[in-house]
Amino acid sequence: MSKSQPQRSFNLNLAINKFLLSAFVVFAFIAYVIHQHFTGANDTQSASSPPVSGLPASQLQPSAPGLNTVNQSAASSSYKNGTYTGPQIDAYYGMVQVEAIVQNGKIADVQFLEYPNDRRTSQRINSIAMPYLQQEAVQAQSANVDMISGATLTSQAFMMSLQSALDSARN
Amino acid sequence: MGMPVTVEVNGSGVTEFILDEVFSYFETIDETFSTYKDHSEISRLNRHELELKDASEDVKTIFALAEETRLSTDGFFDIQRDGLYDPSGIVKGWAIFNAAEILRRRGFENFYVEAGGDIQAFGVNPQGQEWRVGIRSPFNMAEIVKVISISNCGVATSGTYIRGQHIYNPNNRDELICDVLSLTVIGPDIYEADRFATAAFAMGRDGILFIENLQGFEGYMIDQNRMATHTTGFERYVIHDGTH
Repeated sequence: MSKSQPQRSFNLNLAINKFLLSAFVVFAFIAYVIHQHFTGANDTQSASSPPVSGLPASQLQPSAPGLNTVNQSAASSSYKNGTYTGPQIDAYYGMVQVEAIVQNGKIADVQFLEYPNDRRTSQRINSIAMPYLQQEAVQAQSANVDMISGATLTSQAFMMSLQSALDSARN
Repeated sequence: MGMPVTVEVNGSGVTEFILDEVFSYFETIDETFSTYKDHSEISRLNRHELELKDASEDVKTIFALAEETRLSTDGFFDIQRDGLYDPSGIVKGWAIFNAAEILRRRGFENFYVEAGGDIQAFGVNPQGQEWRVGIRSPFNMAEIVKVISISNCGVATSGTYIRGQHIYNPNNRDELICDVLSLTVIGPDIYEADRFATAAFAMGRDGILFIENLQGFEGYMIDQNRMATHTTGFERYVIHDGTH
């Protein structure tokens, strides 16, 4: 009888150890999941940073987007000072509406009064395991191509709304 | 749609008559679907002067395809907003696909049809290679940031040329609205590529994951940090330094 007592306590110790071990494993897993959940997006971001800083400065400066072109052409013709609002233009993803601010006869600023903002996140899409997708810095390529693919939708709506705003600012 | 259309046929036998047939097809589609034309069927539907059951077969087809796409994209693709219809996010790709079929029925094997930056390409270019497509920079319309070669498939790009830094939520000036500037999708044909590019662009950063999980599709996303993210199979289309 006396023999069985330590044996039983040993079993108990073993059982406690097993419990602690499994508790630790479960805790570590939960911590890992929480960590992944909150830092997953940041990991992707940080992976993308080094190539950007490695770029020559000239490529970090966006050269002459559509907006600048408008600014330049505006400098040659004169506009009345004031704030002009363009109409709402359908850009398919939503309505686009801009406001042009004219100072000293030139466009001082263009602001968005309305921009498509209904990009809700989807439960189903987010639940798909995040695959690792490669990233790279955008770099100019040689133009030896048969054709070009590019966006048209929102930029068209932007230009239409801005044009109307500027038309009303014309002397 | 009111956008430039380019058709290039590599090979003999193409006549002005055949090209006219392709271009007039696009004009017909524009007359039917344009939201900027008062007399189009879409405008009449939006004014409730026309009911869908009395609309043309083309319109009924597009509405059926749009509904199918809405269901397969979790509602991100929807031609209806505020009670008005705008099917431009699906009509363009569908029209390019049909225009390409006109040429295929005429026996042409090497050509592309491009409208507003969306492309359907078959066969090879005049140099006997796959067609080379440049992906335009969303930061500079005169700049190409990627060159891909394609054949027997479609390429569509959804996006904006507005610099991301300028687009803020008017209700919260600190919040950037537009992170993704451009999303290019390669698909089995231009109809498929266009509708899923439209839907995926509306998903923001999740869009590229949606394309990654879509079998037979590859994507290239450019964000406002001048970073591009591409799907795992995209690289096989990319031309490096003028060689494939």
